[in-house]
Amino acid sequence: MNIHEYQAKQIFKKYGVPTPKGIMVESVKDAVKAAEQLGGPVWVVKAQIHAGGRGLGGGVKLAKSLEEVETLANEILGMTLVTHQTTDEGKLVQKLYIEDGADIKDELYLSVVLDRKLEMPLIMASTEGGMNIEDVAENTPEKIITIPVDPAIGFQSFHGRQLAFGLGITDKQEQKNIIRFANKLFTLYMENDAEMIEINPLVRTSNGEFLALDGKMGFDNSALGRQPEVLAMRDLTEEDADEVEAAKYGLSYVALDGEIGCMVNGAGLAMGTMDTINYMGGTPANFLDVGGSANAETVAKGFEIILKNPKVKAIFVNIFGGIVRCDRIANGIIEATKITDIHVPVIVRLDGTNAPEASEILKNANISNLIVADDLGDGAAKSVAAAKGE
Amino acid sequence: MSILVNKNTKVIVQGFTGKEGSFHAEQCLAYGTQIVGGVTPNKGGQEHLGKPVFNTVNDAVKTTGATVSMIFVPPAFVGDAVMEAAEAGIELAVIITEGAPVKDMQMAKAHATKHGMKTLGPNCPGIITAEECKIGIMPGMIFKKGSVGLISKSGTLTYEGTNQVVKEGHGITTAVGIGGDPIIGLSYNELLAMFEADPDTKCIVMIGEIGGDLEIQAAKLIKEKITKPIVAFIAGQTAPKGKTMGHAGAIVSGSAGTAKEKMEALEAVGVTVVVSPAEIGKAVTKVLSK
Repeated sequence: MNIHEYQAKQIFKKYGVPTPKGIMVESVKDAVKAAEQLGGPVWVVKAQIHAGGRGLGGGVKLAKSLEEVETLANEILGMTLVTHQTTDEGKLVQKLYIEDGADIKDELYLSVVLDRKLEMPLIMASTEGGMNIEDVAENTPEKIITIPVDPAIGFQSFHGRQLAFGLGITDKQEQKNIIRFANKLFTLYMENDAEMIEINPLVRTSNGEFLALDGKMGFDNSALGRQPEVLAMRDLTEEDADEVEAAKYGLSYVALDGEIGCMVNGAGLAMGTMDTINYMGGTPANFLDVGGSANAETVAKGFEIILKNPKVKAIFVNIFGGIVRCDRIANGIIEATKITDIHVPVIVRLDGTNAPEASEILKNANISNLIVADDLGDGAAKSVAAAKGE
Repeated sequence: MSILVNKNTKVIVQGFTGKEGSFHAEQCLAYGTQIVGGVTPNKGGQEHLGKPVFNTVNDAVKTTGATVSMIFVPPAFVGDAVMEAAEAGIELAVIITEGAPVKDMQMAKAHATKHGMKTLGPNCPGIITAEECKIGIMPGMIFKKGSVGLISKSGTLTYEGTNQVVKEGHGITTAVGIGGDPIIGLSYNELLAMFEADPDTKCIVMIGEIGGDLEIQAAKLIKEKITKPIVAFIAGQTAPKGKTMGHAGAIVSGSAGTAKEKMEALEAVGVTVVVSPAEIGKAVTKVLSK
């Protein structure tokens, strides 16, 4: 789960990680009021969407007067922002963060992420702040320093010294400031079950303080149950409505551009099914994993969600039952035909637990435009043919 | 022969009396697995599925001599269960539970390693040595004895791959689901080395997914140490670009984790890479007939 910049900064403040003062607003009127309250003389008007690259996309702008705050708020609020991290359709800006302008001496980069190979969190830093960190890694990898921190010992002074010297910080007060900053950041990473924190840029002010000018945070979805304050920050308007609806029924759904709807159990087989359709000359319309507890109701819901997409010309149901029992899926298909008008051919391949019972159920149900497939390859081939109207 | 588990392996179940634990323990018993007991706090002394229940893993290990634990406890308690097993002297913990917090798994795996305990999973279908020992949630009936070892991140692709291998007439020595979480136990490299050393395994099927770089690491090991033929499939060639906010994770691993990148790395070291999972069975026949 991801959160907005203004929310990340709320968490930063709680842990004493310095950030500029700011106020989140949802209207132009409140934007001006917030700017008055902050005092100026310079403000930054920032679009709040769940994606990076907002500045380059025109979603972050500097204002030098209250009038300018008003003009910029008007311009940015309600705009559709396209960045390198959004889809081509972009994201609608519904919230703004009005922030005090900072006194910037230079810009650095700081993040905490999980290193899967070392199986522990890693602090990553660079003197090349404000730039796309992927480009820095590509062009000047020597300018990125990485410091793994074993959670069993936590953030120690030596980690801090590695960071300060790695960034070429020689002033003793500045060293103290950056070490304190990183220590607090690591603590909040651990205590909130964060998956990643990225501060880009981290600014150094002319009096040697460090400030988080930006803040991105992502969290471990598996830990949200014990992080109620984090969970309360979830913004469903930033997520795909169909995906959210599917998740309510234990379905994992992602819309794609193609013509063949897919309903599969297990993420691996679901991706493998999409790959097979593609290999056979078709195009998948979606990824849909019915999960381990699929039943008639969830299968029917799956059909409903797939059929919302007008591009769908055939649906391939591919189930290899382990925990999922094929007879339940078969009943789900019959249930779905009763409550939803399934106007496209449905190709069904059921294998594994209770597959014979399932094929019996489907045979007896006598559903028109239902095509039975023997295996994955056969099912994909029949789906591709059906989508082409063959 | 086989790897890690066989008909003599003694297994306990943590989360034995719960709904999932009970259902799957029963299936494992029916398959022939030597489940010698289970652990559920405050139910020690009772009997469940005809086997003794213990309050602690320590009690269970002392009384039964079990060396493997199959873990079904709810996600929030997985870390604790793994660490308890490690301290009690369990040699392999097979963690089936889905949704364990990543932070807990970091701690638990480090502790397991310290105590010399191997782990599989979490969020995996488990491990099965065909017609001898099933520790997990896979449909046992499709696993026929044979000469192919299988390693997979995905549960259902384990079944798909196995089914094809069996239909082609080769059968399975041991099939292992390693799970696809950020922190996992045994992975391709350890398991490839075990299959290389197993005289009954003639060919290895390796099923991967997009994300992370375990398959890239495996390619390096294969080049240096694995002589047996390998058939691989990487799921997610058509998966959409991830909607992540930051890309720091990809920089850490030094790879974007795309299917294409992994397929090329494996092909470059002589692995037979198939573009669809529907081709796994035929590809195994082809490499075995060489």
